[in-house]
Amino acid sequence: MTLQAFLFYIIAGLTGLCAISVVVTQNIVRAAAWLLFTLAGVAGILFMLGANFVGATQLLVYVGGTLVLVVFGVMLTAQGPFITMKTGAAEWGISTVVGLLLYGVLAVALLTKPMNFGPEKEVQQEMTSTTTLGESLMSIDGATPKANLTGVPGEKQRTAVGYLLPFEIVSVHLLVVLIGAAYLARAKRRRQTESRQLAPRVEASTRGAS
Amino acid sequence: VSDLFQRIGLSEPLAGFLAAFIAGFLIIFGFLLVSAIFSVWLERKVAARIQDRLGPTRVGGKFGWLQTLADGLKLLCKEDLVPKDADHVLFRIGPYVALASTALAFIVLPFGNGVVPVDLNVAVFFMLAVMSTEIFGVILGGYGSGSKWAVFGAMREAAQIVSYEVPMAICVLVPVIVAGTMKLSTFGKDQSGFFWNWYVFHDPFTFATFWTYFACATASCKRAPFDLAEAESELVAGFHTEYSGFRWLIFFMAEYGSMVAVSGIAILLFLGGWNTGLLWFDPAQLLYDWTGEQTIGWFLGNLLLNVPVFIAKCYLLVFVMMWVRWTLPRLRIDQVMMTCLKYFLPISCFLLLGVSVWQVGLAPWTPWFKYPMALACVGLFVAMVVKAVRTPSTLPVAGLSGMWNVPAPKYEMVRKP
Repeated sequence: MTLQAFLFYIIAGLTGLCAISVVVTQNIVRAAAWLLFTLAGVAGILFMLGANFVGATQLLVYVGGTLVLVVFGVMLTAQGPFITMKTGAAEWGISTVVGLLLYGVLAVALLTKPMNFGPEKEVQQEMTSTTTLGESLMSIDGATPKANLTGVPGEKQRTAVGYLLPFEIVSVHLLVVLIGAAYLARAKRRRQTESRQLAPRVEASTRGAS
Repeated sequence: VSDLFQRIGLSEPLAGFLAAFIAGFLIIFGFLLVSAIFSVWLERKVAARIQDRLGPTRVGGKFGWLQTLADGLKLLCKEDLVPKDADHVLFRIGPYVALASTALAFIVLPFGNGVVPVDLNVAVFFMLAVMSTEIFGVILGGYGSGSKWAVFGAMREAAQIVSYEVPMAICVLVPVIVAGTMKLSTFGKDQSGFFWNWYVFHDPFTFATFWTYFACATASCKRAPFDLAEAESELVAGFHTEYSGFRWLIFFMAEYGSMVAVSGIAILLFLGGWNTGLLWFDPAQLLYDWTGEQTIGWFLGNLLLNVPVFIAKCYLLVFVMMWVRWTLPRLRIDQVMMTCLKYFLPISCFLLLGVSVWQVGLAPWTPWFKYPMALACVGLFVAMVVKAVRTPSTLPVAGLSGMWNVPAPKYEMVRKP
């Protein structure tokens, strides 16, 4: 067993254990803590594969951003000191079935392909430069991966496909989400002020309900 | 060490790995520990001198060098408390998450020419990413304490860091655009030579970015005036209210470690890395080029010049952070958020835009900017030092016996008429 394989099995095993703990534990913040270790483990595997940029992005976006926001949300909305989730038997059953199905799909997809990957294979230690990544993101010709275009006959079929268009689509989508969130947050406040002006009694009753 | 492991019967790569693991562990944690001990002593001394006190004077000679060691010993001997209402797992995990993320940041930080454990090509990005997980330890510890003060501190911390990460990352992008790389060792090599080669003097935008970055970095280390997470005037001690002894010590090792780490990023990105700025060549690089390999000359050049210079520069910035802490009053939490979202974020976006325009269109003007700017800055610095030295200093009014070589003041009885 090579060193790579040894480390891979240790990190993968720990990551798997943490992932199981995320599902099993009932305390939400503890689940978030386990999720932290799971994501860090996945980042560790990415670093081992030489995908430093993806690994660092994983840490920055999911651990530093998303996970902190999850815990932040829990702290803002919690009524008691430590909130726990009670999971019913039906929910356990459904989620087990869904999980097993997903696992089956992945296992079949892995096993039907020839095994030309895995920890035993030598991995490239480090990418020489991230310049290629940046250039292909900016759709500079020559750096971008080639792909087949449908409906284009002959020689010109293989053409450069940049990531600029998907990137722009995603960013516009995020902008829409941001504006929507801001709109929702503002609209609620406006309705409250209107109701306060029109009918003080209604406002008092809603305050009691909330 | 590798030989030792091989003699025990381990295979060669595994033995090498274990040796590297132990060496890296010892070096990084040794550095973190020593720098934390030194920083705590420095902090107390700086605070004392700014407040016209003496600070620690008794333990370890005239300057109280060993005060922190004595404090550390006291903390280690303290009872290991976990509050009854705390979430035991989270309470115990918190400090270690914080320390681990800070220690991880150091594995890509070059201390000299080629003196870096892992020379990653996305080193800056890696450091920012890893250090962003440090707050998770704080949040887990604060939330797991089961105390309202700790939860308030952790919540403020979460809000503050998530906001300040954005302008800080944008500020880091500015020198990255100038240098065209995210590899920290390349930053160091590109800025060798005299100090006007440093990126802080490259153009007006990098000059402004340095200050913005430094303010954001201070906030992201939760240092005053942004230390709302542990505001002792309102939240007892914030997120570490319930901590004592060893775990509290670990939180502080993480905080001082991250101060050195963000200062190290600032030094490498803006202030010339390990170069003195007073020599026209880098001795280690010269010997490396001459012999073509990492020989004893390269080693000595790094050991005697580059690494001490880098650490001294880091501590200069750490000292500025302390200076700021003991000079400025703490902001309110809404002022902290406003400073970030209304000022630092637009400023950093503008600087990013500006440096892009400079690099595309105005790059030939760089020499016209950097020489006057660098000379003006150094001239201002020298003038301030000269003024500070020439201003007559005043001794404390009341003599402390044994501390100052001045005769104790003679008190005269005032006769009442």
